[in-house]
Amino acid sequence: MSIAGWLQIILVLALVVVAAVPLGGYIVRVLAGEHNLLSPVLAPVERGFYRAAGVDERKEHGWLAYTMAMLIFSLFHLLVLYAMQRLQNYLPLDPKGFDPVAPDLAFNTSMSFVTNTNWQNYAGETTLTHFVQMLGLTVHNFLSPAVGLAMAVALARAFIRSEARTIGNFWVDMTRATLYVMLPLAVIVAVALVVLGVPQTLLGSVEATTLEGAKQVISLGPIASQEAIKELGTNGGGFLNANSAHPFENPNAWSNMLEIWALLVIPVATIFAFGRMVGDARQGLSLLWTMAIVLIVGIVAIYAAESYGNPILTALGVDPSLGNFEGKEVRFGQAMTALFATATTGTSTGAVNAMHDSLTPLGGLVPMFNMLLGCITPGGVGSGLYGIIVVALLSVFVAGLMVGRTPEYLGKKIEAREMKFVMFALLIYAVNVLGFAAASAIAPFVVGDSGYLGNKGPHGLSEIIYAFASTNGNNGSAFAGLNGNNLWFNTTLAFAMFLGRFGYVVPVLALAGSLAAKKKVAPSAGTFPTTGPHFVGLLLGVIIILYLLQYFPALALGPVVEHFLMLNGKSF
Amino acid sequence: MSTKMQALSLFDGAILGRAAGDAVRKLDPRQLARNPVIFVTEIVSLVVTILFVRDLVTGSDVAFFTGQIAAWLWFTVLFANFAEAVAEGRGKAQADTLRRMRSDTMAKRLVDPHTRQYQSVNALDLRIGDVVLVEAGDLIPSDGEVIEGIASINESAITGESAPVIRESGGDRSAVTGGTTVLSDWVKVKITAAPGSTFLDRMIALVEGAERKKTPNEIALSILLSGLTLIFLIVCVTLWCLAGYSGTTLTVTVLIALLVCLIPTTIGGLLSAIGIAGMDRLIRFNVVATSGRAVEAAGDVDTLLLDKTGTITFGNRMASELIPVPGITERQLAETALFASLADETPEGRSIVAYARSKYGLSEQNQTSEGMSFVPFSAHTRMSGVDLGRRTIRKGAVDAILRFAGVAMNGAPAPFRQAVDRIARTGGTPLAVAEDGKLLGLVHLKDTVKPDIRDRFAALRAMGIKTVMVTGDNPVTAAAIASEAGVDDFIAEATPEDKLAYIRKEQQGGRLIAMCGDGTNDAPALAQADVGVAMQTGTQAAREAGNMVDLDSNPTKLIEIVEIGKQLLMTRGSLTTFSIANDVAKYFAIIPALFIVTYPELGALNIMKLASPQSAILSAVIFNALIIIALIPLALKGVAYRPIGAAALLRRNILVYGVGGIIVPFIGIKALDIVVSALHLA
Repeated sequence: MSIAGWLQIILVLALVVVAAVPLGGYIVRVLAGEHNLLSPVLAPVERGFYRAAGVDERKEHGWLAYTMAMLIFSLFHLLVLYAMQRLQNYLPLDPKGFDPVAPDLAFNTSMSFVTNTNWQNYAGETTLTHFVQMLGLTVHNFLSPAVGLAMAVALARAFIRSEARTIGNFWVDMTRATLYVMLPLAVIVAVALVVLGVPQTLLGSVEATTLEGAKQVISLGPIASQEAIKELGTNGGGFLNANSAHPFENPNAWSNMLEIWALLVIPVATIFAFGRMVGDARQGLSLLWTMAIVLIVGIVAIYAAESYGNPILTALGVDPSLGNFEGKEVRFGQAMTALFATATTGTSTGAVNAMHDSLTPLGGLVPMFNMLLGCITPGGVGSGLYGIIVVALLSVFVAGLMVGRTPEYLGKKIEAREMKFVMFALLIYAVNVLGFAAASAIAPFVVGDSGYLGNKGPHGLSEIIYAFASTNGNNGSAFAGLNGNNLWFNTTLAFAMFLGRFGYVVPVLALAGSLAAKKKVAPSAGTFPTTGPHFVGLLLGVIIILYLLQYFPALALGPVVEHFLMLNGKSF
Repeated sequence: MSTKMQALSLFDGAILGRAAGDAVRKLDPRQLARNPVIFVTEIVSLVVTILFVRDLVTGSDVAFFTGQIAAWLWFTVLFANFAEAVAEGRGKAQADTLRRMRSDTMAKRLVDPHTRQYQSVNALDLRIGDVVLVEAGDLIPSDGEVIEGIASINESAITGESAPVIRESGGDRSAVTGGTTVLSDWVKVKITAAPGSTFLDRMIALVEGAERKKTPNEIALSILLSGLTLIFLIVCVTLWCLAGYSGTTLTVTVLIALLVCLIPTTIGGLLSAIGIAGMDRLIRFNVVATSGRAVEAAGDVDTLLLDKTGTITFGNRMASELIPVPGITERQLAETALFASLADETPEGRSIVAYARSKYGLSEQNQTSEGMSFVPFSAHTRMSGVDLGRRTIRKGAVDAILRFAGVAMNGAPAPFRQAVDRIARTGGTPLAVAEDGKLLGLVHLKDTVKPDIRDRFAALRAMGIKTVMVTGDNPVTAAAIASEAGVDDFIAEATPEDKLAYIRKEQQGGRLIAMCGDGTNDAPALAQADVGVAMQTGTQAAREAGNMVDLDSNPTKLIEIVEIGKQLLMTRGSLTTFSIANDVAKYFAIIPALFIVTYPELGALNIMKLASPQSAILSAVIFNALIIIALIPLALKGVAYRPIGAAALLRRNILVYGVGGIIVPFIGIKALDIVVSALHLA
């Protein structure tokens, strides 16, 4: 670890916060339909959409109608995206002449982009046409975070309303999030990336002759535009298979810092927006501190574990001074790799600038833990906010009784109905991750010699757990040793993504409906305080005890034992 | 009865014996199904027991281990049942006492309410609307309202208070309760309760816990606990697969041991005991709540509506100041006032004597002499006093004394007139004193605020509870008393409608209100309030409208009721936190034990350095069972309540039950491991 490394980390995080504060205020105004910076340009466009779709923007919906709209929207796009891939050879912009995508892979990829996961069992440059990449995948890179933001704002509204029947209009929220938040930011970041050297072209590829005289095909495409929204929308699906480790996606240290900034800024801004919406910035801050502490501890852990290196390699005569550099890019270094890996899994981005599979066992444990929490530190666009609110409700309920009152959060009493939805959401995660991982771990065709694992022993188990943690948390990064492009993983991972997104948000929206309908209770000195260091400590305690303990046995058999084996000089 | 209630200690030998029997009876799965965590524990205990039998038959070398695990799992269930049975035990003993009072009474049912002709019927045959005659020596057969007559009644059977009370038709003292005895005179009572739903019946059902329904908060907590149980079930089932991948075949016995250690058996086992004990605390406090829901609501109360008289003030006017006219010393005035009051047995008179003695050191003996003749107060003269030889001393209403002294009001000295004005303005009563036609001064009588009430209101404020004084006084007087007592708000010249309006307004603002009342005109407000405490001496209407009845009819108790409600919720929260925090240590005991054979490296997680895998698992299971027993006293007595504000309370309880909950099992499991390995149990 070095001081220069730490300064870079601190600089990026500081820039995120500086930008997130005004952006949070902007998000609040936009989603409340108030006049804002871009209204003069975008308001007529917005109204045009509503007229074309026959949406009455003043009409709000109850939670059920809101949820149905969200589900119909998502399922419709799932089918469209699937059809696009299956028919890509009949569609334009196919400079390389690709075949249709196989059914199970198309299913997995459609689910992956509709759920904001961007798990990639395909290699973009050798599988998908520009048409599918741009009108299929990139469109969802905008829409899926917008859907997330809409749901988060709907839940936030539940806390500021009293005895309300409605939580907003899904179509309006989603349209505003796309038009005013995602699009303008994506344009800015894309231009900045082009300036920093990221290609933006409709050419398929160029051929080059190397110094040895060999022919090399270099894939090109509209990379900068894809790259910008990939990070901003916490999507993570790279245009190229090597993702942000590829020099065209992420050419230098500056582009790397910009990408990390971009993937953190909207989730963090959403938390500031929440503080503003509930009329108490400290409420947002205590959630943000909780996220920040998990994030920073993660950075320290990865940075330390990777800098320490692998004693087995050291014993073989590798110079340990640079740490473990397997799978990392020299142009980013240990510090920026640690920050990227933590940020990409703390959010639900899943873009990578190093191969997570090559991290040391403890280094790999951090991204895995971040994702097992459901990617809530600071989380995906929108999903981070509703994810941390679920944690907050659980914490308030468990510990809130200790002050001698029925637990309440932001003036809303947490009673049986709310606990039902919270526990349902938690159960979905446990079934999803542990259930699919356990089934995969005993399936002979997965773990056998000709199976899908890149490694045997505990690392093979880590690959499986990582895959389901990633898809459940709608992250999309992978321990790439796992071969996911087969019927089993294409299907199970797609279901994990589906349940991780929709199985979780349906109870969350039901929660929003139930909370909105409650009378807002006036705060007093007897009210459980949900700001300040004690609440942050409590949230961290619940995260560690209630979340980590669910996965402790699984992690013990994966990365933890792998770590101790490594220390004892054993490999497998 | 109340004396009996107090006498039953927490761990009365008889109750414990009965509870031990009940703990076994409660193993009936139909009963246990109400408690998902313990129900799951019972099912898996059965499974391990079957495995134990199998191991015995096959002569497996793990039979001894399996048998011990099975035994401790059964103990876990039994201990949980025992906790509930102990909590119920006291209630059952009380119910027996009450039931003896409900012996078959014969009632004198009037054929025509206007005559006194009656026929004898069994009390159980009385219907609502029947009118019965109750004469001296009779038991009142059922709850009802006096429609004619007046009688003194011994209500000690219900309240424990042996002093008789007066019940008469009309007004706010007309309600009578079945099971109480008429001591003198007679009354005609119109029956207002159907058989089986009288106050006594409800009380029996309540203390016995027969009608115990889960309260809203208990339901929410049960959902959390059931959810956690399901999650840990998934963890354990999937662990079998993950272990299989790693080359370890886990036995069902150890997986079940892990499951039972992880699911929240501690709070699951103690949850209903905490609820029952909370109700029981109220009952021992002579307050009967109609539902557990009301007790919980009491913990949530934001605003207390308190009647001034009797709650905030003593309700008697007492001497608080002596104001002599110019030329007279305070001591002279005190002496004279003392003389005038020596024979005055009214509270005011006695307070003057007490005040003169304590403030000026005057003693009764050297003031009393021969030849004193007392002049009692009469409504006609509106003064009283004493004739002492030639001295005539009088005290009384200002205008009466002025007339006695032969002074016109505007002829009285200016400081005197100002003092009269001042006292009247602040809600006090000026009492003038004169001797031999000479005006001496004034005694300021005022309603005195109870000495400790200010501190209690401050404590309530620290807990975020607002106190509101309700009084019939004018706003100026009310403001003076309000500021002296330290209440946050007051309603002056209050009518029952004002109370109701105030409650509605507070509830609209999202606050919960508690109040107490006794009159029929209090009934709407009692019903509207979230916690309405009716006085046992109040009317039937008031008692029906409230959700609690205070048998001692002491309105100050509202404060304690709130504290009991808070304590109940705090106990639940603290033990839940403790129970969940315990899981950390159990993981560190069991996980390395499960996989040490496949991965000796995981021994690094065995930070407690437990002797062997088997003793680690056994120690964790034993700890898990014993902690239930260890926490029964805390569950029944409740977590200590301190009015220090929510933030400080949270800090304290997180430290004690959260951090403590993480540390304690590390110590406990290590200690048990030493014992287990020393005894060669594993």
